[in-house]
Amino acid sequence: MASIIKATKLGFDYVKYADDSETPEKVSAIREIDLTVEKGDFIAVLGHNGSGKSTLAKHINALLVPTRGTMWVDGIDTGKEEELWKVRQKAGMVFQNPDNQIIGTVVDEDVGFGPENLGIPTDDIWGRVEDALAKVGMLGFRDRSPNRLSGGQKQRVAIAGVVAMHPECIVLDEPTAMLDPNGRKEVLEVLRQLNKKEGVTVLLITHYMEEVVFADHVYVMDAGRVVMEGSPREIFSQVERLKELRLTVPQVTELAWELRKSGVEIPEGILTIEELVDALC
Amino acid sequence: MGEITLGQYYPSNSILHRLDPRVKFIGTFVYIVGLFLVRGPLGYLFAAACLAALIVLSKVPFRFILKSMKPIFLILIVTMLFNMLLTPGTPVFRFYFLKVTREGLIMAVRMGIRLAFLVMGSSIMTLTTTPNQLTDGMQSLFSPLTKLHVPVHEISMMMSIALRFIPILTEEADKIRKAQIARGADFESGGLISRIKSMVPILVPLFVSAFRRANDLAMAMEARCYHGGGGRTQMKPLRYAKRDFASYGVLALFFAICIILGRLGV
Repeated sequence: MASIIKATKLGFDYVKYADDSETPEKVSAIREIDLTVEKGDFIAVLGHNGSGKSTLAKHINALLVPTRGTMWVDGIDTGKEEELWKVRQKAGMVFQNPDNQIIGTVVDEDVGFGPENLGIPTDDIWGRVEDALAKVGMLGFRDRSPNRLSGGQKQRVAIAGVVAMHPECIVLDEPTAMLDPNGRKEVLEVLRQLNKKEGVTVLLITHYMEEVVFADHVYVMDAGRVVMEGSPREIFSQVERLKELRLTVPQVTELAWELRKSGVEIPEGILTIEELVDALC
Repeated sequence: MGEITLGQYYPSNSILHRLDPRVKFIGTFVYIVGLFLVRGPLGYLFAAACLAALIVLSKVPFRFILKSMKPIFLILIVTMLFNMLLTPGTPVFRFYFLKVTREGLIMAVRMGIRLAFLVMGSSIMTLTTTPNQLTDGMQSLFSPLTKLHVPVHEISMMMSIALRFIPILTEEADKIRKAQIARGADFESGGLISRIKSMVPILVPLFVSAFRRANDLAMAMEARCYHGGGGRTQMKPLRYAKRDFASYGVLALFFAICIILGRLGV
């Protein structure tokens, strides 16, 4: 199988100046990251603030270029300047703040922004825009101003803006961090649909454990390194280790874990309420 | 908040709303030039008739057009007064050292009509054109300047981004203001100086946040392959329709009549 994202020994250093002096200090945001994502996967990257997960995301879109190691997107080395736009077309990126990534003053114009930059002929842009808006369920809002939409709707527009560029994979950097629970549900649902129906590779960066449950594979980052990886079930069966990393597990998982600890016979790594009900009754 | 838009677009579906923004741009320009060509009562009557016809066509209620006059009302009065009092000629009226001349009166009336028509004429354009269309129209009209290394595409991109962020930033300013009031800031009392000073706690966080937004937005644009105007296509390119060509014809006719009336001086 072809891997769409591959990183070997990836590292990124930046120079920071301390507040009091002018002495430069080298900081490694990420180090020694090995990562392989297969086409069509739903990948989640977990980690608390400052774990380097956003830095990793920006490498996939070539917004940052590795200072050590290599990052390949669909076989293209992201360090090559001349391939920059190709990489960015293949790996679309959605950011945290929905307001700060919508460029158009009307929804459909914003979705058309990416294809315009790619030099797609006008008629094709319209097709792509309609298609992308339909996929995120926002076709009815095409003539609206983005300022009148809810957070979840704005984020869906941002996803449509990426989908219209026909990417191989979508990287989302905490897309739900600023949304209310309903908005979060909407965005996640759209992502799952895109992944299942359209076969788009999704790489979701988040610190909400609940969002990770549906992923095929989970990476947990801490202090710039990948410290855990595996299926959600494998990850969530290590509740103590996750707590060490200052990550909270979903409520049901924690409840099941506590029950297990006090002697109730249930399997490890319960992820959903249904599973726990089945295990108990 | 959130309702604030730049300009004063009045949504409707009139023929003027559907015209190409370039036509409206050039049309406004031609109308203003025409206003300064005509000199006599017949000329102004003609200009007024044209304006009235446009207002009817635009389907914009007249009070919206009058509203656009409000900010320049003072300027209008002052201009008329100066013209009335300071133009030399045969006096018709004396009040101590002030004298109103015949020439001055004519001049004042002429300037008043010109200014009022000018503002109303251009407000028809802004009332019937969305800020977005205006930006597109300007980009298209000024695109020949690209050859002179004027960054036309970039300027219009900046304008449309500014338009998009005006409501967001006003909302944010409001939020910051309330947050500062909650902390005991006083924006209501004091003289002019202390009121201006009290704006600082609003402006500083607003600027910080605006720069952060700009940084985020630039990154989001780059992530979506934005690399300036070169090699870029447009989703909604401006295309002239039949009505636009017809409008250019009407404009040419208007301009010709203005020249003739101006020459005749009637």
